[in-house]
Amino acid sequence: MEFILAKYNYWIYIFLMMIGFYAMIAKKNLVKKIIGMNVFQTAVFLFYISISKVTGGTAPIVWEYARQYDNPLPHVLILTAIVVSVSTTAVALALISRIYESYGHIEEDKILSQQK
Amino acid sequence: MAQHLPILPIILPLFAAVLIPLFGRIRVQYAWFFSVGATGFSFLCSSWLLSQVMTGRRVRYFLGNWEPPWGIEYVVDYLSGFVLVIISFMAFVVTVYSWKSVEKEIPKEKVGLFYAVFMLLVTGLLGIVITGDIFNLYVFLEISALSGYVLIAMGGKREALMASYNYLILGTIGATFILLGIGYLYMVTGSLNMADLATLLPPLYENKVVLTGFAFLVVGLCIKVALFPFHIWLPNAYTYAPSVVGTFMAATATKVSAYALVRIMFTVFSPGFDFKMVPVTEILFYLGMAAMLVGPVLAISQTDIRRMLAYSSVGQIGYIVLGISLGNQTGMVGGLVHLLNHALMKGGLFLVVGAIIYKTGITQISELKGMGKRMPLSMAAFTVSALSMIGVPLTVGFVSKWYLGVGALQAGKWIALPIILLSSLLTAVYFWRIIENVYFKGAQGQESGRQREEGPPGMVVPTLGVASLCLVFGVFAFIPVSIAELAAQMLLGKT
Amino acid sequence: MVESSVPFYTLLVSLIAIPFIGLSGKSPNLRESWTLIASVIKILMVLSMVPDVLEGKTIYTHLGSILPGLDIAFRVDALGMIFAVPASLLWLITSMYSIGYMRSLNEHDQTRYYIFFSVAISATLGIAFSANVFTLFLFYEILTLSTYPLVIHQQTQESLQAGRRYLTYLLGTSFAFLLTAVFLTYHTAGTLEFSRQGILTGKTSDLMVTLIFILFLAGTTKAGLVPLHSWLPAAMVAPTPVSALLHAVAVVKAGVFTIVRISLDIFGIDLLRDVGLGMGLVYFSSFTVIVASLVALRQDNLKRRLAYSTISQLAYVVLGVALLTPGGIYGSTLQIVVHAFGKITLFFCAGAIYVAAHKTKVSELNGIGKKMPLTMIAFTIGAFSMIGVPLTGGFISKWYLLMGAIEAHHIFAIGVLIISTILNAAYFLPIIHAAFLKDLPDREEPRIQEAPPWMIGPILVTAVGTILLFVAPSFFMKIAGLVVGSLNGGSS
Repeated sequence: MEFILAKYNYWIYIFLMMIGFYAMIAKKNLVKKIIGMNVFQTAVFLFYISISKVTGGTAPIVWEYARQYDNPLPHVLILTAIVVSVSTTAVALALISRIYESYGHIEEDKILSQQK
Repeated sequence: MAQHLPILPIILPLFAAVLIPLFGRIRVQYAWFFSVGATGFSFLCSSWLLSQVMTGRRVRYFLGNWEPPWGIEYVVDYLSGFVLVIISFMAFVVTVYSWKSVEKEIPKEKVGLFYAVFMLLVTGLLGIVITGDIFNLYVFLEISALSGYVLIAMGGKREALMASYNYLILGTIGATFILLGIGYLYMVTGSLNMADLATLLPPLYENKVVLTGFAFLVVGLCIKVALFPFHIWLPNAYTYAPSVVGTFMAATATKVSAYALVRIMFTVFSPGFDFKMVPVTEILFYLGMAAMLVGPVLAISQTDIRRMLAYSSVGQIGYIVLGISLGNQTGMVGGLVHLLNHALMKGGLFLVVGAIIYKTGITQISELKGMGKRMPLSMAAFTVSALSMIGVPLTVGFVSKWYLGVGALQAGKWIALPIILLSSLLTAVYFWRIIENVYFKGAQGQESGRQREEGPPGMVVPTLGVASLCLVFGVFAFIPVSIAELAAQMLLGKT
Repeated sequence: MVESSVPFYTLLVSLIAIPFIGLSGKSPNLRESWTLIASVIKILMVLSMVPDVLEGKTIYTHLGSILPGLDIAFRVDALGMIFAVPASLLWLITSMYSIGYMRSLNEHDQTRYYIFFSVAISATLGIAFSANVFTLFLFYEILTLSTYPLVIHQQTQESLQAGRRYLTYLLGTSFAFLLTAVFLTYHTAGTLEFSRQGILTGKTSDLMVTLIFILFLAGTTKAGLVPLHSWLPAAMVAPTPVSALLHAVAVVKAGVFTIVRISLDIFGIDLLRDVGLGMGLVYFSSFTVIVASLVALRQDNLKRRLAYSTISQLAYVVLGVALLTPGGIYGSTLQIVVHAFGKITLFFCAGAIYVAAHKTKVSELNGIGKKMPLTMIAFTIGAFSMIGVPLTGGFISKWYLLMGAIEAHHIFAIGVLIISTILNAAYFLPIIHAAFLKDLPDREEPRIQEAPPWMIGPILVTAVGTILLFVAPSFFMKIAGLVVGSLNGGSS
């Protein structure tokens, strides 16, 4: 039982990831899909960051009283990944905006029926 | 300068991407000049790198002079050199070809931006091939993916928007899985460098974290490769994108993802792991065969020629995946050489389609009647590429199929041989419909009716060049095959 | 073994002519002269290699390796010559006939026709001269592809459908079965080179040998063995010169030639005998012989009747080889030559009848012998050759086939030969009878006259050739003898 509780960070990330994944696939509204995408990606970010924590470590800034530092590398990786995520969201939202102009709504099933 | 050679194929298109919007405002054509220049130099650098690699050494380049495993390094070996040349060559050819087509399909004020994003796509793809760091791989993957989404959405009709959106959703799922996989691997090894991982991972092969990471990586890459059943994004994306974009992506994007898959499976992990410890090659073997049949079957029922070629690509990707999953030298060579061959064949086919759309706006197969008389050169290139896809000897398509067939027999996987041949026959069915329409229907005896309206030289010359390579490398097959053999040996060498 | 590039150049001749033909599209006489010049050169080159072959040597050219194990190479030996000599001779004659036929009907797209004709004959020689299975397969496919535009020449709905069937049968089976057989052969034997001892002996199980053999047979649909034969009657929509040369001589002969070549040089007589495949092939080819003749009886369309006759006659070649005796193989090789001359005469006559009188059906031929005596005499000679009447070449080949069957103590084969001869008579003699001895229908236009000279000339030449094959067959008999001779004790 402690084993499960101790790994709570992973449970959170899995939970969030599944929510996001479900939203991306199952929701019909295009914007909701993007929201799901963001939740999905954020879950992954949390995963990365959570693994960077070293027990007894402190923020990775040089400090005379520090015994251990947290691992800064995942933070850096996630910064990059966040940028990617934001860019993807931006492109997606721009697309949705154009789709709305062209189709008149942003519900996937209505768009599909218009395309037939 | 020569020591910085590895970074040039990446930097040149990247700088071009930044500068083009600026110069594009002065004169729109500058956008094209810059692009041609950037891709041309990229191709030269890639060829030079390959020639260096062929002397036997691996080229390693440390970004910012930071040594791995902490710094990011670029590695050019037989495999990456080979693919680098393929991608940069296709980029160059398509860019040269693109001007007329882009002029017609993209609104004038956006042409500069179009080329800028196109250069970003090229940067991303080349970066994936040359990098030796798996997080860097993810970054370049996303660069190319985002550029791809944007470019596809610039296709004229509104279906392009939905196609791009769906590709975005699926592509992001794939990319995020890859990110996850990278994270898992980092968690247990602390390294992001591919060569480093290769030494750190073997003791950890039984570790569940490693296995999970591997699974995420493979699934994510399979989505990017559009392997059946993850191919759903591909048909719409290739159909509704601007012609140039469809051409380039069909020739390169999935190949690069296939390259990444091979890298992960065989350089980061090892053949011993793939074949003996996890059933990944089994699964890929069956999915590859499924793709080889599903692709052509779906292609047969299509009415839009681009869509037909897209489903055809789904089938061809099956060949590549089959080759790498067979586990012997011959099969691997077949899969790797198909990276080149399919780029040439599919690239050639799409180049012709682009010319047809430019001249006549026709996209439906039924309207292609008599095209053989109207655009004889383009249709000749089409015929050569189509025969190559079917696998007639003396064309590149036969080379791939020969290696795959022999490799399958050598691996004891007899079932693959009839599937390969059946797939070829199905391919013949859907191509023959077009050839029949083009040459033998409609324009009989109307010599005076339809005039010759061949495409502009800027489009026809690259098309003929690519089509002739289908024959050149089909006869002088030893040229690409020798490189692929060395690459395959290198990949399969470790146990 | 002599090394020389002549075989390659022989192929090249008609290919080189193509740009000239293409560029002369506007001046038909110039264009046709290229074809004629090329065919004359080709005949000379083929004949130039005959002396060496008659001495028992083979001529070898190695063009290059596409991939390890896949070489393009030529080896001219007696068997190849038996195929190449008639093919090249008849190409010249058919080209002359084409001129007459196409111009009389004012056909469209003649340039395209002559171009693909040239490619087809190169491919035919490529098959005849191939030194390994890969080269054979390569030219086999080129032959299919280059004859497609010829088959669908009319570009009518019917032609296109026939064309689709043509490709489905020929390309489909060759990729599905023949290529599989090539793969398996390479995998089993490690090589694809032809060798008179066969390359599969002792390499694998009998079951595998049988499988590969069946795959080869199924993949060689050009041979027209039932049940994979229906492409041939369908292909009769082509202009008659196409039917004549390609479907009486080149394409179908390439098919049976391939079977003979594969049987002798991949499997070898001994292996076939040990595994019992010879026996199976006898029954299989006999089936075709009889069934095709029976179907021919029921055809009213003249070309279709001739097509089924071809299917039946070709199966003789396969039957001869299947007997696995020197006599059978001797008769089989002779049949390749004899049937070519005889059948081409018959097709030429059918074309002449169409051009002169616009008739295509057997039932319409009453009394036509009176208006077109030369044509119908030639027809008679050709028909007699099919039946095997003495004084025509057909008698010689049938005689030796019978000898071979007796050698093999194969009562069944003897029976088949006799019955099929009777059937041949049954579907040819009525035509001759009607043409000469019946009266012309009353409403007939009296304008029917003999066919134009460019057509009559070739018809008479091939008819005379058919008789010559009986009177002075020594040339071909000598070559055929070499084929048999090389069975015992290897080739050089």
